[in-house]
Amino acid sequence: MNINLTIIGQIVAFIAFVAFCMRYVWPPILAAMEERQQKIADGLAAADRAGHDLELAQKAAVDRLAEAKKEAAVIVDSANKRATTLVDEAKVAAVVEADRVKELATAEVEREKAQAKEQLLAQVSALAISGAEKVLAAEIDADKHAAILEQLVKEQ
Amino acid sequence: MGQQRMAATGQEKTVSDYIVHHLTNLTYGKLPEGFDRYDGHTVGAGGEWAFAHGADEIAAMGFNAVHVDSLAWSIGLGVIFCALFRWVAVRASAETPSGLVNFIEMVVEFIDNQVKDTFHGQNKLVAPLALTIFVWVFLMNLMDLIPVDVVPELMVLAGIEYQKIVPSTDPNITMGMAVGVFILMLYYSIKVKGFGFAKELALNPFNHWVFIPVNLFMEIVGLLAKPFSLGLRLFGNMYAGEMIFILIAALFGAGILWVLPASLLQIGWAIFHILVITLQAFIFMVLTIVYLSMAHEDH
Repeated sequence: MNINLTIIGQIVAFIAFVAFCMRYVWPPILAAMEERQQKIADGLAAADRAGHDLELAQKAAVDRLAEAKKEAAVIVDSANKRATTLVDEAKVAAVVEADRVKELATAEVEREKAQAKEQLLAQVSALAISGAEKVLAAEIDADKHAAILEQLVKEQ
Repeated sequence: MGQQRMAATGQEKTVSDYIVHHLTNLTYGKLPEGFDRYDGHTVGAGGEWAFAHGADEIAAMGFNAVHVDSLAWSIGLGVIFCALFRWVAVRASAETPSGLVNFIEMVVEFIDNQVKDTFHGQNKLVAPLALTIFVWVFLMNLMDLIPVDVVPELMVLAGIEYQKIVPSTDPNITMGMAVGVFILMLYYSIKVKGFGFAKELALNPFNHWVFIPVNLFMEIVGLLAKPFSLGLRLFGNMYAGEMIFILIAALFGAGILWVLPASLLQIGWAIFHILVITLQAFIFMVLTIVYLSMAHEDH
């Protein structure tokens, strides 16, 4: 309970510890804490900015999408139109072609009909002549009457 | 008092002996010439440095003595504080703190806020000073929660007669810190206010030259009261708390029926004391900040 030299020792120790704390403990710890505070503040600010950027990007993306849709609609429209045109053209061409083929075929048919008629007439003529030859064998001269029949064929 | 080595001789201790033993510091000091020591021999010319044996020898040593236990525990705890906080200071970085670093940073931030709230001047000393005081005083007070018999009895077994392990129950320790704070108060008062400090002492509270002696007397008493109240408040609280621990511990010797109530009392007082030791460390720190803040205020 008495005051003695201990108090001097304690004062010296007190000064030493305070000096140590002031020199080696307080500044680094506080510096680290302040640095961290700054870092966190920066991080939060960056996050805010990023959120804002994201919003802008989303808006831009929506705009671009709408634009693209519009463009696509225009393209589809024009493609449809083009397709219709092509089909119409093809129809017209087909009709023309069909007409042409039909004409050709008709011409062929006409030509063959004429040929067949000619042959038929020739054979009928020959048959008539041979019949007539048999009927008129005695009096009718084949060469003389053939000229008359040929005349007849030509008149047909 | 005729102290015998009670543990060694196996004599029964009285309660009074037990309490006195627990309240005696391990004292190393200079015995005056002609003093008759406990073992019969008389101190020769020029005195003799020795460990005191009993209260009469301590009284004979007077100021020329050192409480070895108080200083050793106090400095030891101070070194623990410095080592712990330095360890953290080296590891502190802007990265995510973990575990101990986090805890220490919490303490540092708490102190920093206290200082910022109270002290508005520019002084790089106040915050580290407050941190040192708070943690160091807290650690010294914390020794109070170690059961009162453990360390002294172990020391007796080791041949060391006395051991008080709570440095803040020693007025030398608390007053030593208070005097340190007082020196800083005077230094900054003179540094910041210069001649204004003398004027403040002489012309308050009655601003007239006739009252200068009265003012000086009142102001100087008020000034000196600050370190005394600072040091003695801590000492008184811790001494009383320690005393109650010792008294409760003494109850264990009063018979088997007392064991349970004494245990409950011990636990209850220890839990309450957790609050007291923290509060006392905090008060010492806050008053230090306030006093230094007053020293910086120029009227």
